[in-house]
Amino acid sequence: MANAPINPTDVGTPPVEQPVNKVTIGDVSDRREPPAEIDAVIEVEDVSVYYGAYEAVRGVNLQIGYNEITALIGPSGCGKSTVLRCFNRMNDLVVGARVKGRITYHGNDLYRADIDPIEVRRRIGMVFQKPNPFPKSIYDNIAYGPRVNGLKTKNMDDLVEQALTRAALWDEVKDKLKESALALSGGQQQRLCIARTIAVQPEVILMDEPCSALDPIATARIEDLMHELARDFTIIIVTHNMQQAARVSDRTAFFTAEVDDKGERHGRLVEFDRTSQIFTNPNDKRTEDYITGRFG
Amino acid sequence: MTTTTVPARAAASVSLRKQRTRPADLAFKLALQACLLIAFAFLVSLIVFAVYQGWPRLDSRLWTDMPTSRISRIDTAGVQSAIFGTIWVITATAAICLPTGIAAAVYLEEYADNTRWYNRLLELNIQNLAGVPSIVYGILGLGVIARGFGLGFTVITAAITLALLVLPIVIISTREAIRAVPNSIRQGSYALGATKWQTTRRQVLPAAIPGMATGSILALSRAIGEAAPLLLLGASTTILFNPDGLDSSYTTLPIQIFNLIKQPSEEFHQLAWAAIVLLLGIVLIMNSAAIFIRNKFQKRI
Repeated sequence: MANAPINPTDVGTPPVEQPVNKVTIGDVSDRREPPAEIDAVIEVEDVSVYYGAYEAVRGVNLQIGYNEITALIGPSGCGKSTVLRCFNRMNDLVVGARVKGRITYHGNDLYRADIDPIEVRRRIGMVFQKPNPFPKSIYDNIAYGPRVNGLKTKNMDDLVEQALTRAALWDEVKDKLKESALALSGGQQQRLCIARTIAVQPEVILMDEPCSALDPIATARIEDLMHELARDFTIIIVTHNMQQAARVSDRTAFFTAEVDDKGERHGRLVEFDRTSQIFTNPNDKRTEDYITGRFG
Repeated sequence: MTTTTVPARAAASVSLRKQRTRPADLAFKLALQACLLIAFAFLVSLIVFAVYQGWPRLDSRLWTDMPTSRISRIDTAGVQSAIFGTIWVITATAAICLPTGIAAAVYLEEYADNTRWYNRLLELNIQNLAGVPSIVYGILGLGVIARGFGLGFTVITAAITLALLVLPIVIISTREAIRAVPNSIRQGSYALGATKWQTTRRQVLPAAIPGMATGSILALSRAIGEAAPLLLLGASTTILFNPDGLDSSYTTLPIQIFNLIKQPSEEFHQLAWAAIVLLLGIVLIMNSAAIFIRNKFQKRI
């Protein structure tokens, strides 16, 4: 609503409503708007996650669309990473973690008793917040995933080159493949971790705040990379950075943390919609407050 | 932009020049250096004294000649059987305690559920065993292994006994080394679809090698110098031949040193000192190997 000049003679004019300070989505003209109907790869039905007796997050209902980028946003401690780690069963490694509800991958319940978490992780890969390259050479870092998955190939060199090229790292490291991965810079290490993940050829890539430990230039490079990767992979990203979610994602899920009468924080999903909707016309007031910076 | 001059008052109170060194800092530093010097001085004086005392006998006779208990033959005496006995016993000890200790440590760190009471009991037991006096292991070896299993006073008995003695050290140091591997490495490996065994074998153990190597060689250095348990296991009889198998009689350097010192004549004592220098030399080489391995693997990281 535009600022109308107040006519001094018109005493009864109501006060002008200030426009809400919306987050600008920025120039995403090359990113097509996702279809209204989700072609779901992963479906999350009424999921709650417990650590022992403590309910970390509740009421999660989502669908992750094929070849889309889905962002999970929200303040700290609202369960975004917890939910992310459920998709590739990394929560199995936490003692006492339990999932209630259903998470299906191509229709298969991920937590059914006969499902092998190793197989799940081969199809759903993960990039962590702090880059964690193995203390080996760059080549061995990339080759590790295929090797442990029993991929026998005479063309490991090609596979490594392909993965590094797709992660936009090949030119920088092609002459030093046998050197330690720990000698790379932070941004390079994170791209190495991305290359390592895509070398296994998963279908879905989970990214847990992949840029939070990086500088803005490195962040921008990885965001460009995500756009490229979304052509072949389905990506789910947890981010604290709203502008990043707006720039990068097709759909966004907003989580919040509620404090119950005992003073414990529980996360819950508030809203899940196309990114354009969330950032211009959210349904829930809590979403709007978060987007406009009134809290969190 | 105009610069304003700092008023003289403010400038005087901001003095960045080096102050007089704070006495507490200096005193602490000197105290640390003094401790280092004392420890170093002990070590150096031990080595110098040993070399000085054993100098006349520090020659090839040490390893070409056999021991003797007769004063008339002292000029052609050496400690060859002890040297070979030590090599046989230490090799067998390493072959027993290293795989067992490392496997036990891997299990306790990676696979065992620490909240279970029996695992915590196990852990407590191992740490207690590290403090048991070595003579107790000797008695254990005598009763259970030499007599109970019927293995007698042989190389293999000594090896098993010494392996038991140093096993807690190997386990504890390997556990520390495994614990020092950052968890982010394991998470990264699991996220790529690796199994627990693949992660342990390909990521955790290689990264833990510096600590494991150091701990193992320290354990073996201790084993090589043990005399008390082996006294009870037949190593002090006069052995004039080299071992020819795991089931043969043996003697070791520390035992021979003990035997030589027991003799009244000065010439035997000289030979003992020479053997001490030899033993110190072997231990020094083993520890240097540990440092070398550790540095070599740490450079990779």
